[in-house]
Amino acid sequence: MSSTVVSTSSGLRLPRWAAPAGVAVLFVAAYVVFRGTGTLPHDKEAPQFLAVTELREWIDDHRNDNPLFLYFLNYIRLFVAWLYDLFQTGLSALGWPGITGVMGALAWLAGGRRIALLALGGVSAFGVLGLWESSVDTLALVAVAVLLSLAIGIPVGVWAGLSVRVRRAITPVLDVMQIMPTFAYLAPLALFFHIGAPAGAIATMIYSIPPAIRITALAVSEVSPTAVEASASLGATRWQTLFKVHLPLARSTIALAINQTIMMALSMVVIANLISAPGLGGDIIRGLSRAQVGIMLPAGVAVVVMAVLLDRMMTAVARRDPHAKRGRTDLLAAGALAAAGLALIPVLPKVWPETLTINVVAEVNDAVRWAEDNWFTVTTWIKDTTSLVLLNPLESLLTSAPWWLVALAVLVVAWRVSGLRPALVALACLLAIALLGVWEHTMQTMTTVAVAVLVALIIGLLLGVAAARSPRWSAVQRPLLDAAQTMPAFVYLLPALALFGTTRFTAIFASVIYAVPPVVRLVEDGLKAVPATVVEAAVSAGSTPGQLLWKVQLPMARRAILLAANQGIVMTLAMVVVGALVGAGALGYDVVTGFSQRTDFGMGFVAGIATVLLGVMLDRITQGADRRPSPRKRKFT
Amino acid sequence: MKIRLLAGFVVLGLAAVGCGGATVDATSTASAPAAGSTASASGGGTVKIAINPWVGYEASANVVAYLLKNELGYTVELPEIKEQLAWEGFQTGDVDVIIENWGHPDLKKQYIEEKKVAQEAGSTGNKGVIGWYIPKWMADEHPDITDYKGLNKYAELFKTSESGDKGQLLFGDPSYVSNEEALIKNLELNYKVVVGGSEAALIKSAQQAQTQKKALLFYFWDPHWLFSKTPLVRVNLPAYTEGCDADPKKVACDYPEMDLDKIVSTKFAQTGGKAYELVKNFSWTNEDQNAVADDMTNNGLSGEDAAKKWVEANTAKWQSWIPK
Repeated sequence: MSSTVVSTSSGLRLPRWAAPAGVAVLFVAAYVVFRGTGTLPHDKEAPQFLAVTELREWIDDHRNDNPLFLYFLNYIRLFVAWLYDLFQTGLSALGWPGITGVMGALAWLAGGRRIALLALGGVSAFGVLGLWESSVDTLALVAVAVLLSLAIGIPVGVWAGLSVRVRRAITPVLDVMQIMPTFAYLAPLALFFHIGAPAGAIATMIYSIPPAIRITALAVSEVSPTAVEASASLGATRWQTLFKVHLPLARSTIALAINQTIMMALSMVVIANLISAPGLGGDIIRGLSRAQVGIMLPAGVAVVVMAVLLDRMMTAVARRDPHAKRGRTDLLAAGALAAAGLALIPVLPKVWPETLTINVVAEVNDAVRWAEDNWFTVTTWIKDTTSLVLLNPLESLLTSAPWWLVALAVLVVAWRVSGLRPALVALACLLAIALLGVWEHTMQTMTTVAVAVLVALIIGLLLGVAAARSPRWSAVQRPLLDAAQTMPAFVYLLPALALFGTTRFTAIFASVIYAVPPVVRLVEDGLKAVPATVVEAAVSAGSTPGQLLWKVQLPMARRAILLAANQGIVMTLAMVVVGALVGAGALGYDVVTGFSQRTDFGMGFVAGIATVLLGVMLDRITQGADRRPSPRKRKFT
Repeated sequence: MKIRLLAGFVVLGLAAVGCGGATVDATSTASAPAAGSTASASGGGTVKIAINPWVGYEASANVVAYLLKNELGYTVELPEIKEQLAWEGFQTGDVDVIIENWGHPDLKKQYIEEKKVAQEAGSTGNKGVIGWYIPKWMADEHPDITDYKGLNKYAELFKTSESGDKGQLLFGDPSYVSNEEALIKNLELNYKVVVGGSEAALIKSAQQAQTQKKALLFYFWDPHWLFSKTPLVRVNLPAYTEGCDADPKKVACDYPEMDLDKIVSTKFAQTGGKAYELVKNFSWTNEDQNAVADDMTNNGLSGEDAAKKWVEANTAKWQSWIPK
């Protein structure tokens, strides 16, 4: 196999390059001739937008008398509101001594002393940062969303794990849900569930449900058939087999599903603040809208602490040997912690004492201001050069080209890279975007995504190759990548905002740091997966390290690299859209405007749908020949 | 499975509320604790004042919050909710008070007259004007730039990497009251609205523009502390006449001077007791607001500390707001 790869790549080079080059020349010629015709400029008053805005007005007027709302949607809202209230009042009643004690006890039970210490430290950190109340709200919101996700996700997942037909039916739905950028959920939810904590919890739930279903299904379907067979032949009923065989054997993987669900929920609760959900998101949005990193940083740190804490607890649960009994000392220690915490509730104040908080707002703001003043020339130069050399030309190319030419280009590229069916889906998505009336903004968003993906891929390839070649480099890099992937997406907006202010470039910078870790990992794994014998053969045939890389390893890891590009694009798109909060315009900004200006609700709603279509389109273009694993099943890539 | 579960929710809901169907408004939503319903001389109850994203608003909200807490013993929440969403909050129970409302006749019609979930609670005493501004050095160098008719001549000066071949008009937070798009279109100006995203972005650009003699045309408003620190000149748009802004698409005139007012939820007006009285009585001058806002932005004070400073220095002014 190795020899064919090497020989075909050199033998067929000329015709291989000639065809794409010819097509490219044709496209350039067509662009030059038809430039400026057939463009679809943005119109804020497009009838599509107005229709949705009117629908919203209608729904607002009939929220309290239409049967669908009266007997269905409003009850869901009420139920979720009740649940949130329950958790929120419960947690508030525990106060900080109670929560600290109980969390410590749970952590001890989950993973022993070290995790318990982490829990005590982490929970106290919320107080020290001066964010106790916001943290409790966020914790309550996450708890509700995760509980609902699991209540729906695990049964559906088990069902899908047992039945191939169900799995086949829900997989495409889950695919789309995972490509969907977080922003896209918000407008429809605001439409049906209004604003506030319940709507926020429902949005978070929808976002965090796919991993719960997917991983549970995977776990259940991978339970050894012999065990199931044995159980059935011993006369167990289907329910017995499910509860005594499937679920226990799938236990640790299901714990990971819960972990993923929690992580997803945590990254969504912040964005849910755009529809007025309470919690740490409020502090982050407040910092964003005051352009004060000092306000955002503590809140960002609190979310990361919460993520790390819950992640370690759940991972410990997943790793524990199910047959090992907990030692008596562990139980005693956990009990003592919980009891101490609860006993202190009446003694200590419920709210974290203000004297014990550290206020770093002014210091952080000063540091950021210092960076702004001193690095001004460098950052401005990077920003302006990128805008002038890459962003603006590409943007004017895409917006001034006729729509049919862009559509044709998408069709041709997707066909070549991924095959006919994905190409047709991509084309359909693009045409739908044109019909929705957000063509120009979609092209602008695509420009930003393209530039960000380009940069992310270059950096990712460099780091990935470095890691594949040097085990020591890889060992240094791994924990950093792990940490980067547990962090909620918006955290990356912070350094970007601090360095570049609010511009399109800020979003690009943030999406690059967001997308680089998975790209690095995929490239590294792809290169390492090249069989040792192949490498051996190439080396013994006299290849230099450079030749080995360019002629053997990279071509053979082509599929992994394509997958990296695919994931990079999906993640970048999600981030570019959120980047509207820090100055990226186009679709993401339309969504934000839709929330802030009633008259633009329709435009925001439509832009949300267009983002989903754009995501599906970009995904299909780069899907490659084989089915990719889902972009957000991070632990399983 | 999903359907069955949802059905379960419905049954649960039906059981909980009875069979009349559920409406979404502050009185029946479980998430809304009856604000101030237990209000008595000893205080108690929670008041939720929405926070809109500009510092003048925050100044007013913080002073009222400080008095509610320290003089009347209420708990005050200050949720970050943008202008128009805050009106929806009256209906869901997420908001009791908007302390500084800039006009919004359409929302008043919808929420006060039609839905009856909100009502006016009088003027804040502040006069508000929105407008387009340039740094003073530009007006000194190009006297004819202060009229909108002169803007196209100088569009070249205002070009940036974000505005392409047009001049840039820098805008603030996406939720602000805005006629900018319509004005540019209807006055045939060769400009593009570029969104800075926040009040802070506007302030920073304005300060840089004056000190570094850079060109800048931007959206801004009075009352604002910035006017006492950085010399700015307003660009004259066609004068405002009654009703010239009635159709948002056809606006071709300047913004009116607005009497900023307070809006409260109907529930709060009925059950808010002394808290409602205080909100209704609150009224101060642009100078008062600017002093607090200046402390918050430039002197490193938190909202609460800035409010405390003003309250301690101006006892005579707020004494009359406290209900007897």
